[in-house]
Amino acid sequence: MTYEEAIFYVIAAVTVAGSLGVVTARNVIHSALFLILALLGVAAVYVLLASEFLAIVQVLVYGGAVTILILFAMMLTRVRDIGGPIDGPQRPFAALAATVFLGTTVLAVTQTEWRGDTDEATVVTINEIGEALFTTWAMPFEIASLVLMVSLVGAIVLARGEEGE
Amino acid sequence: MIPIDNFLVLSAILFSLGMYGVLARRNAVLILMSVELMLQAVAINFVAFAVYLYPETFTGVIFAIFVIVIAAAEVGLALAIILRLFRNRQITNVDEADLLKW
Repeated sequence: MTYEEAIFYVIAAVTVAGSLGVVTARNVIHSALFLILALLGVAAVYVLLASEFLAIVQVLVYGGAVTILILFAMMLTRVRDIGGPIDGPQRPFAALAATVFLGTTVLAVTQTEWRGDTDEATVVTINEIGEALFTTWAMPFEIASLVLMVSLVGAIVLARGEEGE
Repeated sequence: MIPIDNFLVLSAILFSLGMYGVLARRNAVLILMSVELMLQAVAINFVAFAVYLYPETFTGVIFAIFVIVIAAAEVGLALAIILRLFRNRQITNVDEADLLKW
């Protein structure tokens, strides 16, 4: 086992532990904090995949904005005061479905013959990404910014409520 | 020198955990968090395929950026809807929002 693989296993263990915490924690706030751990773990995985740009975006967007937004929503909806079980009665079936999916996918991954050299990641530089984003992918890029703006306005309209409320 | 299989298996594990969360949880915010996990798994898959198999076009990296953008928009909108649901009916559990259920 190379040292790179050892680092990968440590990061993968942290990420999986965080995700496991998200879906099994009894306290919803703990769940959100585990989510931060999992998302930062994914950022580290991006570094291992030689995509530093994505890692930085991941930390900025997920580690910062999204988790704060989720924590805010939890506080505002007083999620902890709502009684009753945190999981539905369908939990065993959910576990079964997830396990079957995992088994099938892992089997498919290990059985497939991938094209070319699959042991070494090729570095895609930030210059190449920027150039592709503003030439080949310029149209999707503009549409994405439109989607962001529409969802921003929509969120404000939805959360603001009617006049005189 | 990490084989691509490692990343794909990690992504499969993350996706399964997210799937379990979506199916088992009752609270809308917790379901949203599980959906985030699934999106992360998909993004890892995209990037792994891009840098290992198709580094000359790296479409997967671009796609991962768009996944992050759309996920951010989705979180904002979904949380606004959940907030609205709580304000109008004082519920955040999805199985209690059954007004349209026959």
